[in-house]
Amino acid sequence: MAPRIGVVVFPGTNCEHDVVQATERLGGHGVLLWHGDRGISSVDAVVLPGGFAHGDYLRPGALARFSPIMDAVTEFARQGGPVVGICNGFQVLTEAGLLPGALQKNGHLRFLCQPTRLQVTSTASVLTGLAKVGDELVIPINHFSGSYTCDDETLRHLNESGRVVLRYLDNPNGSVDDIAGIVNEGGNVVGLMPHPERASHALLGSEDGVVLLRSLLDAAGSRLAA
Amino acid sequence: MRFQARVEVQLRAGIADPEGATIERALPALGFDGVDHVRAGRSFSFEVDAPDEGAARTKATELADRLLANPVIEESRLELEPLGG
Repeated sequence: MAPRIGVVVFPGTNCEHDVVQATERLGGHGVLLWHGDRGISSVDAVVLPGGFAHGDYLRPGALARFSPIMDAVTEFARQGGPVVGICNGFQVLTEAGLLPGALQKNGHLRFLCQPTRLQVTSTASVLTGLAKVGDELVIPINHFSGSYTCDDETLRHLNESGRVVLRYLDNPNGSVDDIAGIVNEGGNVVGLMPHPERASHALLGSEDGVVLLRSLLDAAGSRLAA
Repeated sequence: MRFQARVEVQLRAGIADPEGATIERALPALGFDGVDHVRAGRSFSFEVDAPDEGAARTKATELADRLLANPVIEESRLELEPLGG
């Protein structure tokens, strides 16, 4: 049976169909989940896709974290379920406290929409399990508030426990320590600013996102089998 | 009682503030000399019903910390004054 990937739609989300299409091309089954629902039953992984949840009013992710579905997402994550936040989804995960730190406005206040070179720095996550440490991936970013920041203690902890999963090779936004993606302690909640679904087909200019999405499907599938 | 609350939110000291830096860089071109340490922020105002000022302060502070500011990178300052009538 194909693993079911729940893709959460907040008002203002705009990458949900890209994620569904990319996962279905790789053999998964994409299921759209509405932010106002309280349950996420019968999915094997959850993706919070990119966009502008609740118009990014106040701060990106600040209002989305209070959407009714977030309690269920938090509980799913607590039970070890794979949860991935892409771009705006990463912002939601930090606001919700599921990942440490915060995403603030890019250095130089530039909106950035461009391919970025990334390096895989940990494979101990549901999004990088099939990659290799040192792999170089070209995946686009598309954001205004993507500069990852956290206090020194958190940064030290992230580095020491191998929880930075992706780093920029040419840091485009001023993120501390070139951080492009991190994972929680359990290895099952990942946030990243780059969009793997936009690098999932040769026609899109890169297929480097496939290894990440396959990793997620793999993690969702093993959960299904368990 | 009813209180007027004003909450000012700013990035914590030490957190890079690209907005403030950009404003500061624009100042010489406008002829403003001797101005520095510009920090950008935002302010919110709302009215609170509460039995007394302490309760209003508690409620407004919680609101500011849970929603208006992200304590990871921002800090908030609250001003409260009783409304007549």
